[in-house]
Amino acid sequence: MLNQRQDLDLISQLQEHASQLRANIIETSSRAGLPHLGSCLSSVDLLTALYFHKLKIDPGNPHDPQRDRFILSKGHGVPALFQVLARRGFFPQSNLDHYGEDGGIFGEHPPTPSHLAGIEAATGSLGHGMPMGLGMALAARVNKLNYSVFAILGDGECNEGSIWECAMLSAAQKVNNFCVLIDFNKWQATDRSEEVMALNPLADKWKAFGWDAIEIDGHDYSQILDALSQFPSKTGKPLAIIANTIKGKGVSFMEDDNNWHYRIPTTEEVTLSKKELGVG
Amino acid sequence: MRNAFADEVTQLAKIDPRVMLLSGDIGNKLFDPFKKVDSKRFLNCGIAEANMMSVAAGLALNGLRPVVYTITPFTTTRCFEQIRVDVCYHEAPVIIVGTGSGLSYAELGPTHHSLEDMAILRTLPGMQVIAPCDATEMRLALRAALKSSSPTYIRIGKKGEPAIHDPNISFEIGKAITLKEGADILILASGTLMPNVLTAADTLNNLGLSAQVASFHTIKPLDSEYIKRNLSGFKAIVTVEEHGKNGGLGGAVSEFLSGLSHHPKHLRLGTEDEFMHEMGTQEYAQKKYQLDPSGIANQIQLFLS
Repeated sequence: MLNQRQDLDLISQLQEHASQLRANIIETSSRAGLPHLGSCLSSVDLLTALYFHKLKIDPGNPHDPQRDRFILSKGHGVPALFQVLARRGFFPQSNLDHYGEDGGIFGEHPPTPSHLAGIEAATGSLGHGMPMGLGMALAARVNKLNYSVFAILGDGECNEGSIWECAMLSAAQKVNNFCVLIDFNKWQATDRSEEVMALNPLADKWKAFGWDAIEIDGHDYSQILDALSQFPSKTGKPLAIIANTIKGKGVSFMEDDNNWHYRIPTTEEVTLSKKELGVG
Repeated sequence: MRNAFADEVTQLAKIDPRVMLLSGDIGNKLFDPFKKVDSKRFLNCGIAEANMMSVAAGLALNGLRPVVYTITPFTTTRCFEQIRVDVCYHEAPVIIVGTGSGLSYAELGPTHHSLEDMAILRTLPGMQVIAPCDATEMRLALRAALKSSSPTYIRIGKKGEPAIHDPNISFEIGKAITLKEGADILILASGTLMPNVLTAADTLNNLGLSAQVASFHTIKPLDSEYIKRNLSGFKAIVTVEEHGKNGGLGGAVSEFLSGLSHHPKHLRLGTEDEFMHEMGTQEYAQKKYQLDPSGIANQIQLFLS
């Protein structure tokens, strides 16, 4: 019972973080004119569970060789990651007041690691982050370090052949310190992801490529935490968590509406969103 | 040159625990000695070069020094975007080695020719581009690349290239080496075509044209100081490479010359702007593009007449 109580406490903390993060993302998108809002909102719960529960990281020592590495392989979701990094203490929240300003580092894709502590890879070109993550996971083996590597991929990103090249090499090399989470929000830029590239059955694909695969509701924290608790696996295989998500999750008029891949919310829409999220 | 590469990278792996070798399913048995040094540091990445290049970047960003090896088109044009973004944008010190460069694999057809690799890689910020003329330059280039913190591309030949240098020469990335002094023509050459260039220089000498020959093993950063120092007195500057005439050594030299108010006229020798549709050996292909010794000598004579 005590464990369950602790879990419930943890989940309510994570949900509180997520609501505030969603509000910040929407507000910043409106102020700075940032697109990809729907893609950011679908990944918030995965990011929250990773950064506020799973990752072994110390914002005060962001270059610690032992740290877990996280890569946002779907780099266009970086407005969400920047908010998470700020809230986790990698840099002051006020730095994001300058989001989108000329000459700054906060743009529509992550900068390189040497320009912002907390970033492991400057993603944006899809299909690059996961293979770079595999390199980092293999480096742990050679350097005799114990860290793990996590990457969030988009379902649209799984169109890229390099993802499947990487999946095969990961399985051949038995990198059990490598976990990918697929933000399966069922949309890519211009169409339903299933209609563009026939992704389903996605979990079976990963299994067929030699991975362990777990399919979950990517907004249900008990399922997210349970899936993450099964990593690193004892099977010696890398783990793919197929997270069924909703693009635009958290705001009724954005949910599953792909217009929010590019639309920028108005001031009124920001107010409405915050009300729905219960954030003052 | 392939065997010397395998030997050199193995020697380097023995003394430097950061050295890793990534192969795109090539080099059957060639790397067995490397695997004996440390099997964990050899990765056969399969026939999946895009992934291999990104993996190398991830390794390099975490303290290791990966050397990526496969046939030139597949380690350059095939995964150009991975080189651009994951290697160069991240300033990841990856060493990319292309084997069978230029027309070395002439018999395999244009899919395996590489006549544009130096041109495209030269455009990437921070990338060093090296085309060694023999095994000694290749070994020294590899050692120098490992000491450097910049990404480096080294294009090598296949096997049986004659030795040009004494193994004890001093070598520096971006510093040309004079192989032969001369007074009338300045020949700057890169890569394994060097024996043909030296023979052509002898031919010209016999015809009363004294040619200076320099090994421009580094295409980027270009040794523009060498060119500046050697401008006066020469009737012509000639660049020679087993690469397209567009964008390689010839392109780099002409870009530099275009910024000078006076300079001798410049002849660019290389392959034409076309794919070679007929089959043939490397010798045949060199002859076709007048890159054999007499072809080089004739083109230079014609240019001066």
